[in-house]
Amino acid sequence: MTGRRRNILFVTTDQQRYDTLGCNGGALARTPVVDALAAAGVRYERAHPQSVVCMPSRSTILTGQHPSTHGVWMNGVALPEDAPSVAGVLHDAGYRTALVGKAHFEPYFDPFLRFPENALGQAGTTAPAGTHRGFEHLEFATHGPAGTLHYTRWLAAAHPEAMGAYYRVLDDALQVSAAGGGDTGAPQVGVNPIDRGWYHTDWVADRTIAWLDGLDAGDDWFCWMSFPDPHHPWDPPQSEMHRVDWREVPLPAGYPADAADRERILDAKPRHWRLWYDGALVSNYEAPARWVPATLTADQVREVNARNAVECELVDEALGRVLARIEERGWGPDTDVVFSTDHGELQGDFGLLFKGPYHVDALMRLPLVWRPAPSAGAAPAVVRRPVGLVDLAPTFCTIAGIDPPGWMQGRPLPADEDDAVARRFEQVLTEWDSALFGTDVHLRTITRGGWVCTAYRPGAVHDGTEGELYDLGEDPLQQANLWDDPARRGLRDDLLAALRDAAPPTRAPRLPLEAPV
Amino acid sequence: MTAARGSVRSELRIGRPADDLWAIVGDPGRLAEWFPGVASCTVDGDERVVTTDAGLSMPEQLLTVDRLQRRFQYRITAPLFREHLSTVDVHDLGDGTSLVVYSVDAEPSVMALVLGGAAAAALERLRAMTEEPGR
Repeated sequence: MTGRRRNILFVTTDQQRYDTLGCNGGALARTPVVDALAAAGVRYERAHPQSVVCMPSRSTILTGQHPSTHGVWMNGVALPEDAPSVAGVLHDAGYRTALVGKAHFEPYFDPFLRFPENALGQAGTTAPAGTHRGFEHLEFATHGPAGTLHYTRWLAAAHPEAMGAYYRVLDDALQVSAAGGGDTGAPQVGVNPIDRGWYHTDWVADRTIAWLDGLDAGDDWFCWMSFPDPHHPWDPPQSEMHRVDWREVPLPAGYPADAADRERILDAKPRHWRLWYDGALVSNYEAPARWVPATLTADQVREVNARNAVECELVDEALGRVLARIEERGWGPDTDVVFSTDHGELQGDFGLLFKGPYHVDALMRLPLVWRPAPSAGAAPAVVRRPVGLVDLAPTFCTIAGIDPPGWMQGRPLPADEDDAVARRFEQVLTEWDSALFGTDVHLRTITRGGWVCTAYRPGAVHDGTEGELYDLGEDPLQQANLWDDPARRGLRDDLLAALRDAAPPTRAPRLPLEAPV
Repeated sequence: MTAARGSVRSELRIGRPADDLWAIVGDPGRLAEWFPGVASCTVDGDERVVTTDAGLSMPEQLLTVDRLQRRFQYRITAPLFREHLSTVDVHDLGDGTSLVVYSVDAEPSVMALVLGGAAAAALERLRAMTEEPGR
């Protein structure tokens, strides 16, 4: 150590799969920057979110609590302003704190400008009270020039000709658009003529660097740099599309090319899987309401994956620029870098895109890399035991030399596999609750001992007896649901008992749904 | 399939007599006092124009202002809405308290969620300003 506290650069993407990084075996996107962090630090092979949608998952990251406890049970439910925040803990301990990019602790649909994230876009980069959720500096972006966020206002002022370049995310009914684009007509795919330097990925890096440049050399800092990509729409700058030719992209292992195979696999799962595939049920706002997944073609899967890979490469390069600036400022030896995302993306698995109440690796297995500050002298490691995003907040506290507060439900991440075994990192929980115009779906999932077990609570299309059980070792694509296998009944009951025993406290009364997203 | 039209209802018990609440809810010119995010409103006959904190201007048609039922209804006529009807009912519970019910029906359905969320916040503010005046 050099005598000062360790800085923390926390990098998130949005809706990025585990297998999109080179260090995790991905072969499509080149991600040398994150790969180098992984080689020098700790790479987690089974990091799970506690929710597979943005607002609940991001609230878990910030609070260190499960969704049941912090109360943000679905997109459109605002995290209360007085909710606990790891950024607040660090700020109170003297850290300079910033959040640059996508926040999404509050709904975006906000014509009354009721929520501070939206109001701040018009008011500046500092909250009226000095901090908001513990962050003294806030500059927001999302998946294009939407709403009143800082990126929107910057693009409108600096490059108004580019405002119409992005894919139009919502349709005339304000639903997630099913309009197709690109070469294959895949939904949420668009040709974006925007200059690469004006794209939100580079903007997030630029604004992060600008904030870092404003700090004194001796400041201790925590910066959450939050890229909106590779979440759909898949419309990276067209100038970069030469990087990956979609025609040469292999179909994902999780995409059964034969329709009969797809449907057989889906039919062995709880019925909402097949109902969505056939376009008969849309249970939430996380995918285009007017898109029928059964119409997805192999070429569309290829093009979506190609565009997603380009977006991942741009994020990696933007991160590289920020890391270079940190080195130039002399902070490199004392800076921890944590890279992750909020949840995954189906991206062709099972013949589906986007996300929803589907607790499988596509949505639950996340990239997570922790490169401790080089001055800490930690050895590189790979952790195979399950960990959760709920463990990030206490990890940040530990890095800063602060005891994690009692309201955090996670634990500091293990430094290596031996540490994970010694501290009994054995299971991780994920939950889903949606209720939209009379259609509700409720899932509770435990990942433990190489198995994923999901119990369904009664809802619009479930009677509470349904479930899913997958052997991650024998069935890494989760295509064989063993829930009703008599030979697995004892195992299933044990997992359900562990799930019940580990259930986190539930916030009451339930927070209101105030917007679709 | 996702319905084109959405319907959302919020309700809140408030510790004030119904007539006191109706004096606020039933006066279309007082909306900015209790509806978060409404910067101002102007009333001209049965037309009201609401300006939000985001700078949006939303023209409305006032449909029902019934002091006997304590029922207030209006329709947003902005082009964003294919259909809209909001209803605010103030029920006297007979013990010096009231139940205020705010219902929103709209197409596109998304707008029912957005308005319904704001309406729920409005009821909370109505309670705060009447139960804790001066707050």
